[in-house]
Amino acid sequence: MMATALGTPAGGASGPALLSVEDVTVRFGAVAALSGVSVDVHRGEIVAIIGPNGAGKTTLLNVISGFYHPRSGRILFQGRDRTHLKPFDVAALGIARTFQNVALFKGMSVLDNIMTGRLLKMRGSFLLEAVYWGPARRQELEHRAAVERVIDFLEIQAIRKTPAGRLPYGLQKRVELARALAAEPHLLLLDEPMAGMNVEEKEDMSRFILDVHDEFGTTIVLIEHDMSVVMDISDRVVVLDYGRKIADGPPEIVRKDQVVMDAYLGVAHD
Amino acid sequence: MSAHQPETPDTLPKLLLAQAARWDSRRVAIREKEFGIWQSYSWRDAADHVERIALGLASRGFRRGDKIALIGDNRPQLYWTMLAAQALGGVPVPVYQDSIAAEMHYVIDHSESRMVLCEDQEQVDKILEMKDKLPLIETVVYDDPKGMRHYDYPFLVSLERIQEMGTAFAREHPEYWGAEVARGGGGDLAIINYTSGTTGFPKGVMLSHDAFISTARSFLEVETLGERDEIMAYLPMAWIGDSFFSVAVAFLAGCTVNCPEDASTVRQDFREIGPTMTFAPPRIWENILSQAQVRIEDANWLQRTLTRFFLPRGMQRAKLELEGKPVPAGLHVACGIGRWLVFEPLRDQLGFRRIRSAITGGAALGPEMMQFFRALGVNLKQLYGATECCAPATLHRDGQVRLETVGPPLPGVEVKLSPRGEVLIRCGGLFSGYYKSPEQTAEALRDGWLHTGDAGLFDPDGHLVIIDRVKDVAKLHDGTVFAPQYIENKLKFSVYIREAVAVGHDRPYVAVMINIDMEVLANWAERQGLAYTGYTDLAQNPATYRLVHDEIQRTNATLAPSQRVKRFAILHKELDPDDAEITRTRKLRRGFINERYASIIAALYEPGAATVAVRATVTYEDGRTSETERQVRIMDVAGA
Repeated sequence: MMATALGTPAGGASGPALLSVEDVTVRFGAVAALSGVSVDVHRGEIVAIIGPNGAGKTTLLNVISGFYHPRSGRILFQGRDRTHLKPFDVAALGIARTFQNVALFKGMSVLDNIMTGRLLKMRGSFLLEAVYWGPARRQELEHRAAVERVIDFLEIQAIRKTPAGRLPYGLQKRVELARALAAEPHLLLLDEPMAGMNVEEKEDMSRFILDVHDEFGTTIVLIEHDMSVVMDISDRVVVLDYGRKIADGPPEIVRKDQVVMDAYLGVAHD
Repeated sequence: MSAHQPETPDTLPKLLLAQAARWDSRRVAIREKEFGIWQSYSWRDAADHVERIALGLASRGFRRGDKIALIGDNRPQLYWTMLAAQALGGVPVPVYQDSIAAEMHYVIDHSESRMVLCEDQEQVDKILEMKDKLPLIETVVYDDPKGMRHYDYPFLVSLERIQEMGTAFAREHPEYWGAEVARGGGGDLAIINYTSGTTGFPKGVMLSHDAFISTARSFLEVETLGERDEIMAYLPMAWIGDSFFSVAVAFLAGCTVNCPEDASTVRQDFREIGPTMTFAPPRIWENILSQAQVRIEDANWLQRTLTRFFLPRGMQRAKLELEGKPVPAGLHVACGIGRWLVFEPLRDQLGFRRIRSAITGGAALGPEMMQFFRALGVNLKQLYGATECCAPATLHRDGQVRLETVGPPLPGVEVKLSPRGEVLIRCGGLFSGYYKSPEQTAEALRDGWLHTGDAGLFDPDGHLVIIDRVKDVAKLHDGTVFAPQYIENKLKFSVYIREAVAVGHDRPYVAVMINIDMEVLANWAERQGLAYTGYTDLAQNPATYRLVHDEIQRTNATLAPSQRVKRFAILHKELDPDDAEITRTRKLRRGFINERYASIIAALYEPGAATVAVRATVTYEDGRTSETERQVRIMDVAGA
């Protein structure tokens, strides 16, 4: 992966972070899904979150995107406190995400699905939209053009009009990424973008993630299980285990970390 | 040469400029689907782009006689670059974009290209990998910048940048463009087309502007094509058929060329455009037929029943018409109804609603294929030719289409048979030779006649009939002559059979090796509730063997007893151009196949053999090889 000028690897982190998760704790009843987790994500980085099942990876993503609110701690996005925003407010700030289990509108065409990614950018009155006139028409064309650029980018022209539910799983994942990209996010959260894919699909997806990062300079936080993918595409790796952060650094260093190896190999915990 | 243009343009760039002068911005020269919309470029736009690209290339040092390799899908930008190189007196060398690295390297190296135009990152990466072994390459131009933001090589430049350089160059040298175009003459090389051939290394066929223009002119005497016509450019640019139709014919007729959005969207784009004329090799027609059959199977019972009732009748009628026999009144009425209920809708589904002329060429087409398309009302005709004569030599005329023939010669084209029965061609469209291979040129071009290597004969109406390759016509042990390709083509009409290799030279009977059509078979297996892990597993399934057996039995019924297939095997892998078993235009390379599958062929003639173990070497795209061992079944064909 070619490092961008913007990418600031951890350790030598400087300047304000795009996203700061500060000492966040999330509890479900007696279970601490996250306890005191702090993560900084800098502009232009690709950060991978890894960890065994139940380590709290998805919870962390859900806290960032406003699905859950932390019991304590705070979340800063672009330097401002965003701890208690609702998901749609978070989306409006420029944080888009994909889901572990594909969450597309199955009966809608791929094109319409991706168009929903533009919803927050649409302005205009209900009346004008209804008659499809004037600014409403102009706006629709603009959004369609933006969506078509994403379709071209992710090479899904052939399925533009196919209902999303009829697509194979790998393509559904790509459509989900397309919908997230259509929102032109500053920060992209990907929850296991390569789960259930074969080697070739994974390679394609990795290439698309790197292309997105290269082309639009989008900051990306992703959860991934496939270590070779993580090592290949991320600038920095954050390791969670039992809701706690146990490592945070460049992939080549994290890989050799004894604590991380123990967590993965299942050494007895206290 | 003086500044005034000759009466009739004698080079392709001059033809383009003549169309631009005639139509300016009033007619569309080329369209490309991008961002979901058909983006149109008028003749004026096209001429302007070509000029800017040419001058940009000139400012990078591209000179008269230089070669530029073109790698990518059919895109206006690639065609423009082709024309730009020609305008400067240079020669474009289109390369099959799916070639493996070694093939690509051979063509670029052998053609001594100084520049390469790549469509996108995928192609650029291939070139970067072999750049050390291509010392002549000075400039690599790319069209789509995606993914290459951080590529930093002094020789890598975008086509956009080339055009900017062209604009700047024009300011400094305002006379250059006009002078360079005017310097070009009809005898100049227009293209070097590398044909993979069925043996050995690809040969660089050199074709002049004269060859293209005179052949296109002959063609247009038979086919009426004008500025209102639409054609699709979706076949590999490295195939002569594409240069001939999408450039020479389109420029002479002034029709609009349409480039699909992506290789995967061709059928949809085809339907959106509704071309009025199309040219495709048999494999494309076979492909469309398979798709149509799958669609019919998947349709509701009413549609299926109607199709099953009317389609055989339509095909029967087409057969009678093709044989010049009278059509019974009852069949006539049935087909009239069928036209409304089945043929027209199906034709529309396949994108042939506006088609006036559909042409097949490049290899033989199964007769049943012809009947199917003609039953739908698609005017499908055979063309026969070779890269060495700019594509067409013979063509069916409307109303005189025959099943087994490839039609009479085009106006201005002479075709005769050598004493051995080899087809010889003489015309204005003949090639200027194979690049850097005088021996091969002397072999193919003797006394002004092109020796095609095809065995043929003329029927009483003066139509040419192609039997097989001269060297492939084989004799059974008892001296019976048989043409493998003839048998293979009949077998390939079955939707389940993708490829067939007939063997039997110096053997007691004919036997075949089959490649199943995975797409169709997968569908069939699903309906049968058949579980399988992949191609090999499905191919070796006894049920698949029974299915293919019945198909062969049906074909046998149409063959003379001595030509019938007695035993067959389904190959454990698909014949693949990457393994040199088949050319990129899907012609069998019999020598390779006989060698590689010698053990299977031996088993086909070993009485009682039910299976045979085969070792196969598989070549991956990066050139690595690996060995596998499989059991392949052998089956007798009942009643043969």
